[in-house]
Amino acid sequence: MAARTLSARRRVSDASDRSGTGSSVVSISAVHKVFSDGDQRTVALEGIDLDIARGAFVSLIGPSGCGKSTLLRLIGDLTQATTGTITVNGKTAHLARLARDYGIVFQAPVLFDWRTVERNVELPLELERLPQAERQRRASEMLALMELGGFERHYPWQLSGGMQQRVAIARALSFEPALLLMDEPFGALDEMSRERLNLELLRIWQKTGTTVVFVTHSIPEAVFLSTEVVVMSRRPGRIVDIIKVDLAQPRNDLTREDPRYFELVTRVRETLRRRDTPQTTDST
Amino acid sequence: MISRARRYLPAAALFIGVLAGWELVVRAFSVKQFLLPAPSAIASALLEHRDELAAAAGSTLYEAIGGFAIGGTAAIAVALATARWTAARSALLPFAIAANSVPIIAFAPIMNNWFGVLSPLSKMMVVAVLVFFPIMINTVRGLTLVDPASLELMRSYAASEISILLRLRIPNALPFVFTALKVSATLALIGAIVAEYFGGAQSVLGQYIITEAAFFRFANAWAAVVVASASSIAFFVIILALERLAIPWHASARSPDA
Repeated sequence: MAARTLSARRRVSDASDRSGTGSSVVSISAVHKVFSDGDQRTVALEGIDLDIARGAFVSLIGPSGCGKSTLLRLIGDLTQATTGTITVNGKTAHLARLARDYGIVFQAPVLFDWRTVERNVELPLELERLPQAERQRRASEMLALMELGGFERHYPWQLSGGMQQRVAIARALSFEPALLLMDEPFGALDEMSRERLNLELLRIWQKTGTTVVFVTHSIPEAVFLSTEVVVMSRRPGRIVDIIKVDLAQPRNDLTREDPRYFELVTRVRETLRRRDTPQTTDST
Repeated sequence: MISRARRYLPAAALFIGVLAGWELVVRAFSVKQFLLPAPSAIASALLEHRDELAAAAGSTLYEAIGGFAIGGTAAIAVALATARWTAARSALLPFAIAANSVPIIAFAPIMNNWFGVLSPLSKMMVVAVLVFFPIMINTVRGLTLVDPASLELMRSYAASEISILLRLRIPNALPFVFTALKVSATLALIGAIVAEYFGGAQSVLGQYIITEAAFFRFANAWAAVVVASASSIAFFVIILALERLAIPWHASARSPDA
């Protein structure tokens, strides 16, 4: 499979990028990932080539076990590729992690029970050794952006699941990383909270200009949010197709009623289904 | 405030009921006082010997708290070391768990021999050894049973080991530590009193109970048991209060209506 370049529409953004080198924030070439457990070898990812342009919102979608979360974790240097190279923000994935070039949001909020909302958001800023006043200013700014103003002194358990996940997003963005990695962040939420958070995420993405890599198994969510949808096949995980989502920006509730939206949802669904029948593997 | 009083009402009623029943049974069947003194007799013994009992309780609490502090400090220090060095943990932990099932109190006469029968230090050492293992094991658990996602989050921030220890492992361990401290508070008083049975200074609860029982002054012995129970409960409540102060965020401190 040839390397594909994702060309996101360039947007004017008011955020400052940490490193201006090149137009792609993530560049993956010929990546294989094999998990070995004793004699058992499982090929999780095979021949992954992917470029993610600065400012893009890219969703990874595929059946469970297709390695989409593994791919995200490879970008974050939370696991290592068996072969192949991954460049993040112009450095190796490892150096990019050490330079704190990305923020991550998991399916669970992963907030520290012993910290207030505000102090949870300040955690990465503390690790960056920012002075207290600056930390507090940034945390309250991020919380206001996530519409959590007034909840600074609350503890995580006093918040609903959706609010906790908003705190997690505020924390991931508090240090203005070039890249935001999201691993099924709204998977545990009800439909109402999910749709609301989708809109909020898009608003923040527009405002900050952060590049987003978003793992999901919801087709409508992927289409609604993304500039590109990367469709992956069942194990061994490969990139089957990259579908460009040309819906108008900024997106809103009306986007979900746009005939083009339905067309794209159907296209993603069909690509997934085509790839799901085992007989037709590797016909591209 | 009213709802709180109502919550404790059944327990208070039961307590008074049992005492009244006890008093009635002792009087109705004229139970011999060396078998079971009446609550009223115990209460008057308590009043009569209050100075002696207070002094004895003071000495015993001194031993219990001293031993608790020595054992607890050592346990937490060892736990921190083993949490840091995995090799030390896998070497030590099986022994710690095995040692936890050893009846430590059996060492009391040996401790008396080592540290002096009359010295409070011999009782403190029994208590220290007694509380060491539960506190150490729980602290290690709290330091190591950390949510893997939290560790991954810290890794994504390229956090150092020391930072992970201070910001994640230690706060995560605090509820475990306090659970062990609460158990050990009661254990400390049991340890001190039982160690005193094997010999000790005159003005301690264990020796007081032995002497009074030997002279058939059972109401006095019972009064000392009451004082020992009260001391134990007081110690527990102090630890409980410290827990509320130290980890106000923890589920145990949340008010039910919040």
